[in-house]
Amino acid sequence: MDVFEKLKILTDAAKYDVACTSSGVDKKTAAHGIGNAAASGICHSFSADGRCISLLKVLMTNICAYDCKYCVNRKSNDTPRASFAPRELAELTINFYRRNYIEGLFLSSGVLKNPDYTTEQMIETLRILREEYRFSGYIHAKAIPGTDDGLIAHLGMLADRMSVNIELPSQNSLQLLAPDKSKHSILAPMGYIQQQIQENSTDIIKYRHAPKFVPAGQSTQMIIGATPDTDFQILNLTESLYKKYKLKRVFFSAYMPVTENTLLPTADTKPPLLREHRLYQADWLLRFYGFTANELLDQHHQNFNPYIDPKCNWALNHMNFFPMDINRASYSDLLRVPGIGVNSAKKIVTARRMATLNFSDLKKLGVVVKRAQYFVTCGGKALDGLKITQDAVLQSLMSEKTLGTYHENFPKQKWEQLSLFEQPLMLPPTSSQEDLLQCLTSLT
Amino acid sequence: MFDEPNLIYIYDGSFDGLLCCVFESYDKKEIPADIFLPGTSHTILFEVKKITTDVRKSNRVLLSIPQKIGLPALDFVRHAFLTCFSQKELYILLFLRLGYRYGPSIMNMLTNDIVNTLVKVVKHLNNESHLLKGFVRFSILNNVLVAEIEPKNYVLPLLTQHFCERYPEENFLIYDRTHSMALVYRPYQSAVIPIDDLELPEPDKEEQAFCELWRIFYDTIAIQGRNNPKCRQSHMPKRYWKYMTEFGSAQPKSLLRLEKSSGTNFLAGEKPS
Repeated sequence: MDVFEKLKILTDAAKYDVACTSSGVDKKTAAHGIGNAAASGICHSFSADGRCISLLKVLMTNICAYDCKYCVNRKSNDTPRASFAPRELAELTINFYRRNYIEGLFLSSGVLKNPDYTTEQMIETLRILREEYRFSGYIHAKAIPGTDDGLIAHLGMLADRMSVNIELPSQNSLQLLAPDKSKHSILAPMGYIQQQIQENSTDIIKYRHAPKFVPAGQSTQMIIGATPDTDFQILNLTESLYKKYKLKRVFFSAYMPVTENTLLPTADTKPPLLREHRLYQADWLLRFYGFTANELLDQHHQNFNPYIDPKCNWALNHMNFFPMDINRASYSDLLRVPGIGVNSAKKIVTARRMATLNFSDLKKLGVVVKRAQYFVTCGGKALDGLKITQDAVLQSLMSEKTLGTYHENFPKQKWEQLSLFEQPLMLPPTSSQEDLLQCLTSLT
Repeated sequence: MFDEPNLIYIYDGSFDGLLCCVFESYDKKEIPADIFLPGTSHTILFEVKKITTDVRKSNRVLLSIPQKIGLPALDFVRHAFLTCFSQKELYILLFLRLGYRYGPSIMNMLTNDIVNTLVKVVKHLNNESHLLKGFVRFSILNNVLVAEIEPKNYVLPLLTQHFCERYPEENFLIYDRTHSMALVYRPYQSAVIPIDDLELPEPDKEEQAFCELWRIFYDTIAIQGRNNPKCRQSHMPKRYWKYMTEFGSAQPKSLLRLEKSSGTNFLAGEKPS
């Protein structure tokens, strides 16, 4: 089999892995070597599905001893199989890297023979890259559950980032769909990597040139929509992964039907892309906006509102926090306003030291005034001529696409009582806030 | 404030030249209506003043910026000068005048129209240079890495450090077609030089093979069920596709032509004829 065919098979088998980030580490080239890494990460291309291509994402081999029901590479699937030799893959990586196609390598693998043997093959590839080519670019390696600790430690010394896929959000789902994996076999290497990173960080304080263990941290991913787990469970799991295991990222992947199985959603199920999107929005709120999982969802609201983003949803359910004055609210409070992001909040805090801000200034600073107008005041005043009508609110708080689906599901009422004296409600009478709430939160 | 609003400065296009305009503006207590390169057409209603570049004057301005307005402001102005914004010269002059009045806090006056405009154009520049760090595609011809770009802003100075650190042992060249400039590097020295046109040898078998491998990878990695061309295009605008290996069936046409000799010449710092 030639390298063209191998690359095709092993890329095809790896494409369902979501993570392709190259961020989290700043590195200079080794002497007489090649490659560096920028902390922000660099996207080298975007595939037709709009996802970033930053790393050469391939499997070492797609031959697998396991039989996870949701996976294209499961033992029982009839699909062409291939394996890279370590040197062959290292050469391919370097040649892509020299042409600036990629930022580095993302190496995962099916389980060939047993987890230890597979990991040894991956270590050999990384060793050739790091030692023979003196390659300092980014390497993301996947830890195979069930691998010996010593081998994981070795792999971690060569890689920048490691990840163990948590695959499914609960133990029950795992038992059902991935009988060869258990919660323990997944969390054990994750815990081990976390502990090594911790130990290494104290070593680095003691010895400046101590070799770094997984300097860009670890990440994980789980499949959304293959099992009946709710958004609330998923988000809580995500939060505890960030807290307990100090993960850098948790990725979600909408389940793509790749196989027929009675335990799985039927093959014509569309991938729950909107749900995945909402989860990512919530993930951002956890990591950058100071929200907690319990604020966004609770026992009674187990799933995200499909029409409104989680932050807006939170704001509408906590109207007692608003309106907030732009010139006085703290940075952490500003972050809670729909329409204000991390960048614009920082700019507001900087700019208001020099001058009092009004609504046209907010626009200049990159605030989405269309959304923020219902939640903020400038110098104690709401935006001039702000009208709170159902149509206006819906239009400004929903994206065009969701507004379309909303109108399909809740057709507009055509009739209307004519009145000479009817006035649009103005902010901030309390009744209008209830109107707002009613028309947005009780949709589903 | 000043009596001569209808005055136009003509400068030589260099950063020093622009600093001389700032000097002149303070020296003569006047603010120009705009600042142009020689040969730009403008209305005859304005009085035109040619500003000659004098290194002593520009150095005085250059030294005063870190002292009076701070180093971040100098950095900011240097970046603003690289942008494709048509009135950058005038805005930089107005920005510096504000800077001398308010001091370092000018950098925080984000709602001021002049500061705001410059912040936006500098952001555009930084975004473009960041994207190009990823989108530049090298072809290896005679063991020299060659790439072409067509950016809106003059990004080469911002790419220099990144690529020199990335490929310290390689010979490479990045040709900016918009500005007819090129970043050339051979181990441990780099330069940005003017180049009129670039003609290069045909890619060999090995090069074609790797292009093909990359196209296979690019086509395979996409998940059909999630196809989203709009999302791709917003992350990677179409104007970058022209020089990217994954689009198009072969090398850009200009890379496919002509002799081998030019491949070595340009690294010696000479213009290929």
